[in-house]
Amino acid sequence: MAKVLMKGNEAVGAAAIKAGCKYFFGYPITPQNEIPEYMSRELPKIGGVFLQAESEIAAINMVYGASGAGARVMTSSSSPGIALKQEGISYIAGAELPCVIVNMMRGGPGLGGIQPSQADYFQATRGGGNGDYRHIVYAPSSIQETVDIMMESFDVAEMYRIPVMVLGDGMIGQMMEAVEFHEPKKRELQEKTWATDGTKGKRKPNIINSLFLDPQECENHNIRLEEKHKIISEKEVRYEAEGIEDADVVCVAYGTTSRIVKNAIVECKKEGIKVGIIRPITLWPFPMEIFDKINKNAKGVLTVEMSMGQMIDDVKIAVNGRFPVHFVGRSGGMVPTPANVIDSIKNIAGGVK
Amino acid sequence: MTVVYKKSEGLTDLQLHYCPGCTHGIIHKLVAEVMVELGVLGDAIGVAPVGCSVLAYNYLNCDMHEAAHGRAPAVATGVKRVRPENVVFTYQGDGDLASIGTAEVVHAAHRGEKITTIFVNNAIYGMTGGQMAPTTLIGQKATTAPYGRDEAHCGKPLKISEMIATIDGAKFVERVSVHNPANIRKAKKAIKKAFECQLKGEGFALVEVLSTCPTNWGKTPIDALKWLEENMIPYYPLKNFRNFGEVK
Amino acid sequence: MAEKAIMAGFGGQGVMAIGKLLAYAGMLEGKEVSWLPSYGPEMRGGTANCAVIVSDTLIGSPIITDDATAAIVMNLPSLDKFESDIVKNGKLLINKSLIEKEATRDDINAYYIPANEIASELGNAKAANMVMLGAYLELTKIVKPESIIKAFTKVFGEEKAKFIPLNEEALKKGAEVVK
Repeated sequence: MAKVLMKGNEAVGAAAIKAGCKYFFGYPITPQNEIPEYMSRELPKIGGVFLQAESEIAAINMVYGASGAGARVMTSSSSPGIALKQEGISYIAGAELPCVIVNMMRGGPGLGGIQPSQADYFQATRGGGNGDYRHIVYAPSSIQETVDIMMESFDVAEMYRIPVMVLGDGMIGQMMEAVEFHEPKKRELQEKTWATDGTKGKRKPNIINSLFLDPQECENHNIRLEEKHKIISEKEVRYEAEGIEDADVVCVAYGTTSRIVKNAIVECKKEGIKVGIIRPITLWPFPMEIFDKINKNAKGVLTVEMSMGQMIDDVKIAVNGRFPVHFVGRSGGMVPTPANVIDSIKNIAGGVK
Repeated sequence: MTVVYKKSEGLTDLQLHYCPGCTHGIIHKLVAEVMVELGVLGDAIGVAPVGCSVLAYNYLNCDMHEAAHGRAPAVATGVKRVRPENVVFTYQGDGDLASIGTAEVVHAAHRGEKITTIFVNNAIYGMTGGQMAPTTLIGQKATTAPYGRDEAHCGKPLKISEMIATIDGAKFVERVSVHNPANIRKAKKAIKKAFECQLKGEGFALVEVLSTCPTNWGKTPIDALKWLEENMIPYYPLKNFRNFGEVK
Repeated sequence: MAEKAIMAGFGGQGVMAIGKLLAYAGMLEGKEVSWLPSYGPEMRGGTANCAVIVSDTLIGSPIITDDATAAIVMNLPSLDKFESDIVKNGKLLINKSLIEKEATRDDINAYYIPANEIASELGNAKAANMVMLGAYLELTKIVKPESIIKAFTKVFGEEKAKFIPLNEEALKKGAEVVK
């Protein structure tokens, strides 16, 4: 298929439909409105359903119902709206249902602002909902990658029966880039024998549930979930790493900020400073092991985020005291410039020419 | 041997956890019988609430979906939109539907979702131990209204059926009670009508069932039935508020 | 080679549109492209702008901060806001029809184009944006005008094909001003 120029938000919708998603429940919020708008236009054409819910809370619970009934379903929102969805995400994780949730992050806390931000890293990776649960978080850095991940995320969600979050920001949502739609690699998916579609008097009732009143049963459920989380951590980690084995400084950045870092790296190279980059593509599971490959003589690791410093916690866990970990970040919708990053790299590199 | 009474096949064999004298068991039975009589048990997908009837998913012998507190109508919307051919219902108490879930039930009605909602009103929070509900009567004591509900402090009880009946998408709304056999029969008719409303594709249907809570009301089962009749029915009149096929 | 262009003006002047056309045309020519709009309340009646990058190599950040190789400004607030973001020897294309003020920097190349007048002469003042784009293409040669025309229906839909002759003419007239 030929390349098309698409806005990130519309590309999300187009990719979801190509991946077989037929149901969308959402609520308007900037800067992701083109997603529900696209779905409201396109889903009826293919016999799917778009429904604008009365709130983000209702929307995620509609997703919960639709997923339980066996459908490929998604919702999208932006930061404050995703905060409202946390209850439902916890239930969906608890009931082990698949779904895809897109968050085009904006500045916070509270109503915050509408410009791009990465301040929902904690919310996405630590879970804003209650209980011992995890869900996969993808952080694409281009529209092409957003499309590729969207198309694969429905399969991943169904394979593990787990919510998958695609974490972008206002810039990923609003910008246009050239994209091509490729079929993702096929995954082996089980039939949804657990779905609520009526017993027809032929089987025992299927029950979609996250309630376990007996604490031992509830613990057993958590142990089972944890086993699943471990498998995902082993099999689904994704990252991009470049130049880290002989780097003076290694930058860690995801999504939009990773692009700024790449510009900074090109400039530093001109001045003879060797800078590597680790770009986590999955934020959970976080690519811990690649940090073992960093040049033992590196001067330090620099985390770059559009937040006051959230992913840096995971970077510190991964670095495990081996290098000093530094931070550059802007917040509230401000975007760090390559110059900000270059200055920090030079400070860390210090004695290096 | 002649069988004169048999448990409905719409119920599972599990023993109900409800307190002695609680009328949830009767209402479960009515819902189960109606589904069997309409021949929809195998097509039914129920959504259970949070509250005393949280375990309804273990008792009703059809596919069930446990919802977060108050969200049953949203969950049911998701199910019904995916499976329009199935029969989808919610079973919710007054804390679930009339307090935390008002937005969800109002908008399910507003969209005319083709689902059936059984709303059990016993004027109190049962599961959590007798706290005040939006439906608690004036002067009625609750663990969070130890001096009795005071209108000046927290208003008058919410009349859900009257409120839902103002919404065009609600095509069947009726309030019934289960405090004696005659009313139980009427309640069953209303529940049947509420499922037929969905089967005919009319729109949203709600049956409010006045129910007892002897444990948290601090009454014997018999006294609780009497209290319901003498105190709840005057404030919550038993009547049909909306019926499909009628010109309003 | 990478062109980093800012296009700015009032909402309704079509700055987002010429940005999309440029990006689409670049893509059709096999180049790497990005189009990044300003968004939010400022778009409703205020000044709108977009950043377009057309490059032979992979694009890092789609943001243009102080490294614009060119800026097309359609109104005064845009001139005031973006003049300082242009690199030394960069290009500043000013819509002379609506902006009396001149460029304040002397380390950039400023071009004054009476875009609204030219468009009006062509019979449609709305084509002022295309006049500006025509001038920009002539100065940078970053994509061919034919590619812009090819992109036209891709961006605006087949039903807008009837406007192609007018827009083609606007591109030409704009180019003539800076030849």
